[in-house]
Amino acid sequence: MLPNAARVKSVGEAAEIAAVQGRSLWSDARTRFFKNKAAVVSLIVLILIGAFALFGQFIAQYERDTVDFTLMGANAYQGVPSIETGHYFGTDSSGRDLFARVVQGTGISLMVGMVGAFVAVMVGTLYGAIAGYHGGRVDGIMMRIVDVLMSIPFMFVLILMLVIFGRSIFMLFLGIGLISWLDMARIARGQTLTIKNKEFVEVAHAIGVSPFRIILRHIIPNLLGIVVVYATLLVPSLIIYESFISFLGLGVQEPNTSLGALISEGASNMAYGVMWQLYFPLLFFVLTIFAFFFVGDGLRDALDPKDR
Amino acid sequence: MTIKTNLMATTAAMLITAGGAVYADGHATHPETGETLASEQVFTYRDLDESPSIDPGKAEDTAGGDIIRDLFEGLMGQDAEGNLIPAVATGYTVSDDNLVYTFTLRDNAKWSNGEPVTAGDFEYGWKRAADPATASPYSWYIELTTVANASEVIAGDMDPSELGIKAIDDTTLEITLTQPLPYFPDMTTHYTLFPVPQATIEEFGDEWTKPGNMVSNGAYVLTEHVPQERLVRERNEMYWDNENTIIDKTVSLIIPDENVALTRFLAGELDRTEVPAGQFPRLAQEYPDDIMSVPQACSYYYTINLTDTTNPALLDPKVRQALSLAVNRDVIVDNVLAGGQKAAYTFTHWATAGFETPETPIAAMDQAARDAAAKELIAEAGYGSDNPLSLKLIYNTSDSHKSVAIAISQMWKQTLGVETELANQEWQTFLETRGNQDYEIARAGWCADYNEASTFLDLMDSGSGYNDAKYNNPEVDALLAEAKTAADPQAAYTQVEQIISEDVPIIPIYHYAAAKMLSDAVEGWPYNNFQQKWYSKDLYIVAE
Amino acid sequence: MLSFVVRRLAVAIPTLLILVILSFVLMYAAPGGPFNSERPLPPEVLANIEAKYGLDQPFWQQIVNYVWRVVTAFDFGPSFQYKDRSVNDIIAQGFPVTLTYGFWSFAVAVVVGVSLGIAAAVRQNSWLDYLAVGITVGAQVLPNFVMAPILLLLFTLWLGWLPGGGWNGGQWEYLVMPVIALSTSYMASIARITRSSMLEVLNTNFIRTARAKGLPMRRIIWRHAMKPAILPVLSYLGPTFVAMITGSVVIDIFFSTGGIGQFFVNSAFNRDYSVIMGITILVGALTILFNLLVDVLYAWIDPKIRY
Repeated sequence: MLPNAARVKSVGEAAEIAAVQGRSLWSDARTRFFKNKAAVVSLIVLILIGAFALFGQFIAQYERDTVDFTLMGANAYQGVPSIETGHYFGTDSSGRDLFARVVQGTGISLMVGMVGAFVAVMVGTLYGAIAGYHGGRVDGIMMRIVDVLMSIPFMFVLILMLVIFGRSIFMLFLGIGLISWLDMARIARGQTLTIKNKEFVEVAHAIGVSPFRIILRHIIPNLLGIVVVYATLLVPSLIIYESFISFLGLGVQEPNTSLGALISEGASNMAYGVMWQLYFPLLFFVLTIFAFFFVGDGLRDALDPKDR
Repeated sequence: MTIKTNLMATTAAMLITAGGAVYADGHATHPETGETLASEQVFTYRDLDESPSIDPGKAEDTAGGDIIRDLFEGLMGQDAEGNLIPAVATGYTVSDDNLVYTFTLRDNAKWSNGEPVTAGDFEYGWKRAADPATASPYSWYIELTTVANASEVIAGDMDPSELGIKAIDDTTLEITLTQPLPYFPDMTTHYTLFPVPQATIEEFGDEWTKPGNMVSNGAYVLTEHVPQERLVRERNEMYWDNENTIIDKTVSLIIPDENVALTRFLAGELDRTEVPAGQFPRLAQEYPDDIMSVPQACSYYYTINLTDTTNPALLDPKVRQALSLAVNRDVIVDNVLAGGQKAAYTFTHWATAGFETPETPIAAMDQAARDAAAKELIAEAGYGSDNPLSLKLIYNTSDSHKSVAIAISQMWKQTLGVETELANQEWQTFLETRGNQDYEIARAGWCADYNEASTFLDLMDSGSGYNDAKYNNPEVDALLAEAKTAADPQAAYTQVEQIISEDVPIIPIYHYAAAKMLSDAVEGWPYNNFQQKWYSKDLYIVAE
Repeated sequence: MLSFVVRRLAVAIPTLLILVILSFVLMYAAPGGPFNSERPLPPEVLANIEAKYGLDQPFWQQIVNYVWRVVTAFDFGPSFQYKDRSVNDIIAQGFPVTLTYGFWSFAVAVVVGVSLGIAAAVRQNSWLDYLAVGITVGAQVLPNFVMAPILLLLFTLWLGWLPGGGWNGGQWEYLVMPVIALSTSYMASIARITRSSMLEVLNTNFIRTARAKGLPMRRIIWRHAMKPAILPVLSYLGPTFVAMITGSVVIDIFFSTGGIGQFFVNSAFNRDYSVIMGITILVGALTILFNLLVDVLYAWIDPKIRY
């Protein structure tokens, strides 16, 4: 992962050099990434989706929670998607503008995915780096704990938590983040084991830098590549988790919504002539997940050329 | 039940020989109407969920009740109109003080193992259901009948043998009440008061309700039961009226998703299922012969917390009136639910026997007038754009409760400028929250225990355990007490409804209707039975 | 190897214990008891019921009793919700169902996924490759709660080929739709993993040498490339199995199969503590067992791995 040149630098400069070298590594990676067409297209798609979630509300002709009572119960023929009525994506079963709801749903789903991934990656990286750096008994115990937690059917526990403590976005973030940090911890530990034997770490240790500082300043920055790749690939799976939770009715609360909740509603009305309720949210769902997959793959290839 | 008396001997003989097997094609006709019967007399319907129990003493839900009414038979039954008809008992007499009921049992009633059904079986069943050791969640029903010593037995202060029910001989059953209860015989159609087979229960313990173990006295016996999947009951050859029973087999399938159930109904796998919310008009147009909507004995309302844990604004009757006025019930029943429900301005269901819906000011206005009045009231109460009111509404998780809540919160917002925060909770959590008055406004529904207005209005009594609003109006309490003994309680009920509509401890929203898909081929459905108590033995399938 | 297995099994015990305590505490902290109903029970009735299920005892007493009963008698106690049955009854009925369609889904996912992945890798950049990639990418992101109603409409309503649900002792026609709905997205993931790892292996020197020597392609794949290419797939199987058990929730809801997924969700909503605990513990034990199995298999296929 780390360029060889880092090994031959003098004592005091070790950290700084690593950073400099890191920069050239990143710029290499950037070049490789932008050569990958699928990844670049996906990145553009992601940016567009992000913009849609952020600014779509300004295009929407209706508030996302305003019910048009004249459309209720009649939306199979009156709530169809149309430019004229301003309901670009039609209306949902309660007579609300689907466009505005898809905007919000996309936003919430992205947020759940990204915040969840962020929590998982932070906790996982720190945990893995500490375990890997300390090694020995600490490592043994910490990784055993990970093994133990990995055997817990977390989706079941998450369902229990949401049923018991009431559903809230916070609970969802917490639960989803907690499920996903375990893998990250293992990966981070593995990487740390190789990094900690590098000269610059040994040197930092020798001149009396505290272990915690070493982990923060020297180990973690060097894990960044793998962390970014993992996080990008984690986001789509978290969005999928969230959709499952929403399907069970345990997701975000009305009048707020998420893509999972919209898809689940659309799927249950599939036979009733309101297919737009399914395919608009599904389209955004599928696009988002594809885009993350391809960007993640692109990043992995770019940061780890050997893997090709 | 005139069908049975008119039965011709030849047809009867044929039906008997046919037994549980297949009818000869094209030959079987209905003894009374002459309709050609389908060769396969199997009725298959959808249930939402596995019933907690099919033990009459322990059962607690409506779906379980449907099953138990096929498997077991009580003292009295109901016909298609909901009228009381003889079942195991051929009739009863009552003492002059209306406290002692003596039921005469038919001597040809048998358990599925051939043993006779005796008065002792009823006595055992009642005492078992009341016994604390049984821990029946429906033991309160026994208390509701006011049978002597019920409360003491349930509380464990008295031995179950002290319960006021006694088998005088095998066919005579005497029941003593503590206070006159005109609808007592009606109450015996409920499963908690059914007989159960003592020998079988003692032999198998909790396992007695499994197929193979279970011995029952109804028109059907349990032949297959796979929890969360299916329950099959087939003709009981020992049933006293077996020769007049046409359906050979009834199957209930557990299908959690109502849309899936509808798909399977349309694919011909089911004879009966629920109509998903909002789909009634479309389905009624496409399948006019396979759909029904009949009044169902339940009221849907929002209850307002009137204790000091509530939002202070809600303690102002003007705010409550405004909230009630601003709910456009016609939109709810016509657009949101659209399944034959009726807009409710009174708590008591309009179709309740002997109840005449009283005139209230709110019912007399049109929606525009109501909205105007609501706006005025909320302004008088001091809320408006400069001082907006925000409320919290909780409902238990369900698609249709959600749709109603969304619509009503929008009505409040659009008419009154009131912001409403919605929260759905799981059933058990919801009950706890609501029961502890830990809410501002909560969804509620109430289904009649018996067909009389007091089953609804008693909830408004300050002492009622189900008065989640904690509404306390001595005038109402007095009127309700008066109604209990009055010859014609309608006047008191009218007054109570009028007071409620002034005080608005609850916002009545609609009166339920049972909107179901029911296959065209199924005949004999008791459409006019208000409590929708149906018996497989009264149904039959006609040939296409 | 043996010591590895023993060590892993030793970890399993505290894991299960943590699981028991965790779910017990969660349940205990929950608002709303298992016996609430629309009509609140009179206090004396409630007391009778709670006494019957031992809920009147202090917390620690309950948990000790519970663990003791499970360990000594493998008895998960009575269900609170389903008054006629014990948790053992429910598991005995629901679990074989879940395992049956879970097994078939797993088999289909692995067999079809691996074949599709290999085919796509071998014919890289052919129409077959593109088709396979297209299908798998699509299948991977279509949630099974969308797939299930589509299958139902297609096979039951429009074509009338398959019964719309139920189990009926597990006859094949009742299995088809659950297996398709459950296996598709995992099949897709497995195909993707197989394809990329197969591509990697095919580009290594030893395969190039084999090809240069003129060995037939079929032989190269089966004899040489298969083993190393399948390793990444193996490590994916543990999580897949767990996900399938979780996915049974969706299958049971749509196809009324009566597996443990449905029991789990209902019990969670109804606060049926004993059923939830029973199912959670069972699934936890299976997860541990299955992960162990995969690790052993891994070591067997790849002799480089030492424990």
